[in-house]
Amino acid sequence: MNSIPLIHFLIVSTALFFIGVYGFFTRRNMITMLMSIELILNSVNINFVAFNKYLHPESNDGLFFSLFIIAIAAAEAAVAIAIIINLYRTHSTIDVEDANEMKL
Amino acid sequence: MSPLILILLLPFLSFVISGLWGRKYLKNLAGILSTTTVLASFVISVTTAYRYFFVDGKVAGKFVAQYPVDFKWLEFTPDLSIHLGILIDPISVMMLLVVTFISLMVHIYSLGYMKGEERYATYYSFLSLFTFSMLGLVVATNIFQTYIFWELVGVSSFLLIGFYYSKPSAVAASKKAFIVTRFADLGFLAGILILSYYSGSLEFKDIIARYTDSSSPHLQAAISSSFLGVSALSWGLVLVFIGGAGKSAMFPLHVWLPDAMEGPTPVSALIHAATMVVAGVYLVARLFPVYAISCPAALHVVAVVGVFSSAFAALIACTQTDIKRVLAYSTMSQIGFMMFALGVSGYGGEAGLGYMASMFHLFTHAIFKALLFLCAGTVIHFVHSNEIKDMGGLKKSLPITHIAFLLACLAISGIPPFSGFFSKEEILTAAYHHDKLIFWVAVVTAGLTSFYMFRLFFSIFYRGEENTHAQSHHGEGTSSMLAPQIILAFGSVLAGLIPFGKFVTSDGVGLEAHTDWNFSLLPIALSSTGILFAIYFFMKDNDKAEVLASKFGSVYISLKRKLYIDEIYEFVTKRIIFNLIAQPAAWFDKNIVDGFINTIGKATQVFSLTTSVWQSGKVQAYSAWLLAGTLVVLIMCLYYLQLL
Amino acid sequence: MMDASVISFYVISAFLLTFGLMAVTAKKIFRSAIWLLFSLVGIASLYFWMDLQFLAAVQIIVYIGGIVVLIIFSIFLTQDSGSALPRAIKSRKIGAALLSVFGFGIIATLLARTAFIETTTPMDVEMKTIGFKMLSLGGDGYALPFELVSILLLAAMIGCIVIAVKNIPGKP
Repeated sequence: MNSIPLIHFLIVSTALFFIGVYGFFTRRNMITMLMSIELILNSVNINFVAFNKYLHPESNDGLFFSLFIIAIAAAEAAVAIAIIINLYRTHSTIDVEDANEMKL
Repeated sequence: MSPLILILLLPFLSFVISGLWGRKYLKNLAGILSTTTVLASFVISVTTAYRYFFVDGKVAGKFVAQYPVDFKWLEFTPDLSIHLGILIDPISVMMLLVVTFISLMVHIYSLGYMKGEERYATYYSFLSLFTFSMLGLVVATNIFQTYIFWELVGVSSFLLIGFYYSKPSAVAASKKAFIVTRFADLGFLAGILILSYYSGSLEFKDIIARYTDSSSPHLQAAISSSFLGVSALSWGLVLVFIGGAGKSAMFPLHVWLPDAMEGPTPVSALIHAATMVVAGVYLVARLFPVYAISCPAALHVVAVVGVFSSAFAALIACTQTDIKRVLAYSTMSQIGFMMFALGVSGYGGEAGLGYMASMFHLFTHAIFKALLFLCAGTVIHFVHSNEIKDMGGLKKSLPITHIAFLLACLAISGIPPFSGFFSKEEILTAAYHHDKLIFWVAVVTAGLTSFYMFRLFFSIFYRGEENTHAQSHHGEGTSSMLAPQIILAFGSVLAGLIPFGKFVTSDGVGLEAHTDWNFSLLPIALSSTGILFAIYFFMKDNDKAEVLASKFGSVYISLKRKLYIDEIYEFVTKRIIFNLIAQPAAWFDKNIVDGFINTIGKATQVFSLTTSVWQSGKVQAYSAWLLAGTLVVLIMCLYYLQLL
Repeated sequence: MMDASVISFYVISAFLLTFGLMAVTAKKIFRSAIWLLFSLVGIASLYFWMDLQFLAAVQIIVYIGGIVVLIIFSIFLTQDSGSALPRAIKSRKIGAALLSVFGFGIIATLLARTAFIETTTPMDVEMKTIGFKMLSLGGDGYALPFELVSILLLAAMIGCIVIAVKNIPGKP
């Protein structure tokens, strides 16, 4: 395990984070934005377990954090999908460029 | 508070009441109200005069000033404050009598003259305002109060000249009067500031005391500091005189007076003959000790301007064909007499004869000039025209006016024993003893005066047949129009017999003036010659006058055109001031000042347009800026913590 | 030293990063979902590499089996999945790329300068320990977050139904 320094993990997770960020800024479809958000959440997960494993192996906090994050991410994805579907019904489009006003 | 305040308050109340409620509620009662208030003021003035001149005015054989009302209105420092008050001294009491009496006559006359006028109540409210303002001016205790009421008088004059506001000529005339006098008041204000700066006070008594005491530091300071080679005291006095010259229509600020005849004739009688136009003379008389004792050079300026205006106006009056304009130029000429009478006077005792004569002439002139205007009003009312050519042969139709006009003309020509003779003779005596040149010009002017006045008289009442077409019209006038004429005619005859020197002199000590018949022969002879010339040219209907006029050719024409002074003014203002100063200033204001403000507005608009892009409503933009901002803050923190 | 584990780590990392990149740049939405799926598989395999079997299992079950499937459902519900997605604005892409690279640079530099103190004791990831800790009320127990997450899931469920329902029974 220790043949890979911690820093490599962190670089990987940072790269994944910023890939997700790029996707979030660039994509026009709301569902693809949601996918980018999932990537971001996963990069955070990697971070947590890496720190847990390398710096505090005696406790399991990072692992549990990741578990909870996965659960919450699932709930959040479900709610987001529900909203997207609702929006699709009223506007017939899920292009994020069109959803820039509070008025209907 | 002394009951004297009522003299001012009653006309003011009339102004307010007639002004606010006259149109709707009072209608014809406004005239009665105004007349009653002026009558009350007149009665109080008469009692005040009696009390002052005969009971308690004299202290140690000399009339001194009394201050029954003195109220500190505005205090700048403990030493300098503006008061409002009432000053009782010989000339202010005399002016109170003159103003209230003539105003009362005009009020009564207007009851008949302005009957049927739609804005009757407004007219009377303006008349009351004028009476109030003029009274406030003459009783002013300090020079600033004089200035306040001076401006008020100007406003009243403006309102009254422009009374028939549907006539463009009346509107133009009122504007001209206001602007010319306002322009002169600029000089007046500068003079006030200079005089009060060096004397440290605005009160007349302080100014006179500090400037006539040759040892006072104020006088020394005022004389020693100079600008362009003229001492500050001279500047102050000359500038104050300029203000007076504007109001009194002295050359070259006289241009407003002939045009001011656009107003109703009673207004001309009150304002532009008897009261407002003498305000300038009154102002110089007020400050006379300073002029006479400490600055004879300024007094000489007064004299020169006065005698020049007098001769100038007399020449022009010989050519005018509008009855009111002849009277206007006559007024200017007579005021010139008053001015140069002050100018040739010294201070105290026999030397102060000019002062006494000037005030006496002011008194008598008010009476006979008001009478002349009221008679002119009756004539105009009868023939419905101002031009001499529409008149003629009115002797039978207007008998009372005929006699009254004759008496007034005799008075103004200086024929004894009418009032004008006494006052003019004393003026000429004072001039003779002071400056011979002024004396000769004045004598010739007096001859011209009788010539053009009788030219007017004969042209109206004699020349030609009876004016039959106007006879079927209404009669001579209502009793309210004739009564003042009769009263004033009596005044013109008898006023000369008042021993004026006992009451009004330059230093308060009585002066016994005696008539030197040898001396007076020359002026009487010249006036009579003038009358004879007038009889020759104008009594019968003939063309001798036109022949004479064509002989004089261009001289006659330029006199008739008032020596082109108006054209010169118009040239200077239109070509020079408007084009060279006003237009560039307007350009500057429109483009640079406004442009600057517009640019600020545009810049704000542009700025807001650019920043409104940030409020696009797009989630991705928001989150991108969020990340960018966070990174920037992160870098700043890292720099601060020296980790980067 | 070049272990098989070292090499496999780099392979897995490359795998997940590449597919992540493809997921955010794919032109067709269905393909984007599939690339996302592969990327998540990569992450699960990374967990396996780290000896965290339970977490990897949870990742596969919940993320891949739940969320990605949900995403695919929603794709079918909202659009024609065969056609191309609308393209992003060029300037937006460049700006976002620059921002991302810039951010990555800063974070990476920061990480490189931090002296992490690593320890090598192994982690206790017995299933028994995890289950025990999850439900214990003691000092290092996770019973409270567990219950809170369950309430959250309930709320999310109800919320989804309310938002997405077409007709409420009883109302037109």
